[in-house]
Amino acid sequence: MHSANLNVNGYVRNERVTRRWGVRLHLLALLAKEPAHGYELKQALEQTFGTAYPSPNIGQIYVTLGRLEKDGLVRAVDVEQSNRPNKKVYYLTAKGRDSLTDWVDEPTEGPRVRDEFFMKLVLAPLTGIADRMALINRQRRHYLALMRDLNELAERTDQGNQVALLLIEGAMLHLQADLDWLERCQEDLT
Amino acid sequence: MTVLKTVNLVKIYQNKHVPVPAVRGVDLQVDEGEFVAIMGPSGSGKSTLVHMLGGLDTRTSGEIWLDGQRADTLSESAWALLRRKKIGFVFQFFNLVASMTVADNVELPALLAGASPKVARERREYLLDALSLTERVEASPAQLSGGEQQRVALARALANKPSLLLADEPTGNLDSRNTRDVLRLLGQVHRDGQTIVLVTHDARVASLADRVVSLLDGEIVDDGKIARRRPGRGGGAGEVIDLR
Repeated sequence: MHSANLNVNGYVRNERVTRRWGVRLHLLALLAKEPAHGYELKQALEQTFGTAYPSPNIGQIYVTLGRLEKDGLVRAVDVEQSNRPNKKVYYLTAKGRDSLTDWVDEPTEGPRVRDEFFMKLVLAPLTGIADRMALINRQRRHYLALMRDLNELAERTDQGNQVALLLIEGAMLHLQADLDWLERCQEDLT
Repeated sequence: MTVLKTVNLVKIYQNKHVPVPAVRGVDLQVDEGEFVAIMGPSGSGKSTLVHMLGGLDTRTSGEIWLDGQRADTLSESAWALLRRKKIGFVFQFFNLVASMTVADNVELPALLAGASPKVARERREYLLDALSLTERVEASPAQLSGGEQQRVALARALANKPSLLLADEPTGNLDSRNTRDVLRLLGQVHRDGQTIVLVTHDARVASLADRVVSLLDGEIVDDGKIARRRPGRGGGAGEVIDLR
């Protein structure tokens, strides 16, 4: 979304694939547990990941479920409800289960190896439009501002929600590594 | 009001006959109530700088001013007296008094500064509680883990509500839960007006500061505020970590 945001997927190298498949696979995983309708899936994501996970809006969930259905990974049945329109309950197909198994079995990409800031740091000074010391200093302040947001997020998060707290701690550790690396760059490149 | 000021502060060590500059002309000013984090690679002069500020190491040249008073030209005993009155220091090694309990270690600076026993005790109870150390008050330092000793040292440094809290890697020995206690306490005393200057590698600690000073090869290469990002907008936690 906003470029200033800390995007946890930003630490994943193959970002485009992840973005395309991320929510789809999360929904498949939830459906492997039990059939559910769209709103239940949204709630399950929110409850599991807490404040750390910006739950997709309900429209996105239904669009994603539609795509999964088209690809034959899930199927929907209409369930009649008294006084209300029928609701669609989705369940996993055998093909869907295979996709999910592939996702679970395959090693997940490590932290990012190609860093946009590093490209900037190496290339920008060649053009004479920026000096490395200034770039590094600005980036350090930016990382620290992100860290402050994570601190505040951790404070606001329900202390019983281990999943959410671990997600935040993971983001903090990545950020710490980025800052340490920035220090190395400053020592050797300026 | 300015609590701390340095003018062209220099430290040169003698390694046999070779002079090794550790701090090379630092000008730093810290106002009352400010929280300043000092960062930089090892060997950049961070520890040397705070040690000079705390009077643990002598300067080679330059000036150190504390609460409007020139400190570096004082006699050793006068400097020690000023330090006891004005500075709380957390070292990398904790220097607790081995023969005294945790409670006495923490109360001592307040008592030396003239606080009544009642005030010293209340302050000690507040600090040890905030650092999850209440159950260890009767222990001696030798019975404590490294992380516990470090937190006791922080409590001791704050006992006196010093004009200036100086700390060198105050979370260096702590696991993440104890670090959270320390972060919370630092945030709290800072909101209550405590002036803080600390050296840290830990970005969680540094991110609490108003200002970050970066050292490289004994010189300040950056000194500036950590921006508040997009204040007032949204505020939803989902804006920070975006998993989509």
